[in-house]
Amino acid sequence: MNTMSSMSSTIASEAQAPEEKVMPVVDEKPEDTVLEEGVTVGKPFADDPKFKLRDVEVLYGDSPAIKKISLDIARNEVVAFIGPSGCGKSTFLRCLNRMNDSIDICRVKGQLMLDGQDIYDAKRDVVELRARVGMVFQKPNPFPKSIYDNVAYGPRIHGLANRKSELDDIVESSLRKAGLWNEVKDRLDAMATGMSGGQQQRLCIARTIAVSPEVVLMDEPCSALDPIATAKVEELIAELSESYTIVIVTHSMQQAARVSNRTAYFHLGHLVEVNETSKVFTTPEHELTESYISGRFG
Amino acid sequence: MVPNTDEVYGDHISNRFNDELLALKTRFLKMGGMVESQVESALQALMEGDSQIAEEVRAKDKLVDRMEMDIDEEAMLIIARRQPTARDLRLVISVIRMVADLERVGDEAKKIARFAIKLSEEGRTPQGYAEVRNIGTHVMGMIHDSLDAFARLDSEQALRVMKEDKRVDEEYQSAARALLTFMMEDTRNITRCMSVMWVLRALERVGDHACNISENVIFMVKGEDVRHTPMDEAERIVGS
Repeated sequence: MNTMSSMSSTIASEAQAPEEKVMPVVDEKPEDTVLEEGVTVGKPFADDPKFKLRDVEVLYGDSPAIKKISLDIARNEVVAFIGPSGCGKSTFLRCLNRMNDSIDICRVKGQLMLDGQDIYDAKRDVVELRARVGMVFQKPNPFPKSIYDNVAYGPRIHGLANRKSELDDIVESSLRKAGLWNEVKDRLDAMATGMSGGQQQRLCIARTIAVSPEVVLMDEPCSALDPIATAKVEELIAELSESYTIVIVTHSMQQAARVSNRTAYFHLGHLVEVNETSKVFTTPEHELTESYISGRFG
Repeated sequence: MVPNTDEVYGDHISNRFNDELLALKTRFLKMGGMVESQVESALQALMEGDSQIAEEVRAKDKLVDRMEMDIDEEAMLIIARRQPTARDLRLVISVIRMVADLERVGDEAKKIARFAIKLSEEGRTPQGYAEVRNIGTHVMGMIHDSLDAFARLDSEQALRVMKEDKRVDEEYQSAARALLTFMMEDTRNITRCMSVMWVLRALERVGDHACNISENVIFMVKGEDVRHTPMDEAERIVGS
């Protein structure tokens, strides 16, 4: 490396800045990095976790989508799952309330505990599980019903309200928490499908929290929304995190950086790194994480 | 635009982003080279009693100031446009901090040039010049090495520069004592010796700025802030 000699010339002729090759910080290129199964750098574990997930594997037929992932999700924390498409983050998210059950060829192995109880126990009531672990999807999917009925649907089927006034209260408080009340209070009987995309998504969040879940899973909740609606949903996530545990899958790195306490980076079915979000976006431990978040591949 | 040959900052999916980061780096190094030559010229003006060179240094300082503002703006645009993360973020943040140091080095050069003019008007004297030459060579080496450490992302070299600072301080102390002796020997020396003292002080500050730049290089490479950190802790960070 002849950097020294080229640098000293900067004194003589300040016009020529050196254009030499610099020493790389790390020797490995992402594609050379071998991922070891079940190895995650950073801090994947927590004391007294809401979810305790150990050696989780998911297979679609014979092909593994998730390879021995172990992770704790603490109470009332916001965890962001990030990673390139096909890395398994959505699949992993869907294990947390057994949304993968509807896919015939999908098999889930390993230990998945919610508050110390097995999520995949054969005796587990899946409807009750999904009431406790709610989910918001990428595309807003309101029922083709009125705004009121969308929110009231869950409390009705779970028998959470005995009187109409109780149901009214649940609907109002859910819409308020979702930051939607002032926009819709005068037209609760209007069709939900007539709302804007951002409103529909917040309605879906209201619908999710109407059944008082403990956990809210969000699968790219803002990818179909404009920046203002996105900001509102993110604001909502911050408020909800005071009383709920939130797991969010997002393709927006900036969103993960803004809303989450911890960030988990997935790559080809591996959980590569889990760390405090502030650390992941300034000094990630793993080279693959660094490459992904800084836009080097993905 | 600079050719896209950088292995550390030049491998983004977006080539424009690569170009922007490399241009920032290149421009910073160019400013570094300019500041180095400003200090060198200022010292030359002092040693040779050449007020012509000193005037040039003073005029050129405006260019250094201009570069500081340009680089700051470029860095700000990168943050606004790209939202850099990880090592890219550390590069941009470090450059913003380091240009401020370079600009201050430029100011010290200007200050030395001003004293060079003053001293040349009063007639040449060798008193204290040996010390100025000594410390001057020393801190110019430090600036050079810190910029070199930046260019090569060499945190170990940056650490070496930080260690040099203690020696500069010692040299400065002993030079100040020597000048004090001259002043006590003959009170007519006081005005001149005070000017030389100010030059020494400026050079000592240049050494401090070289240290600051080195601290930022370590931050860029290692991701840990070593400002206001004991030396053995900084050694541990660089060694890890």
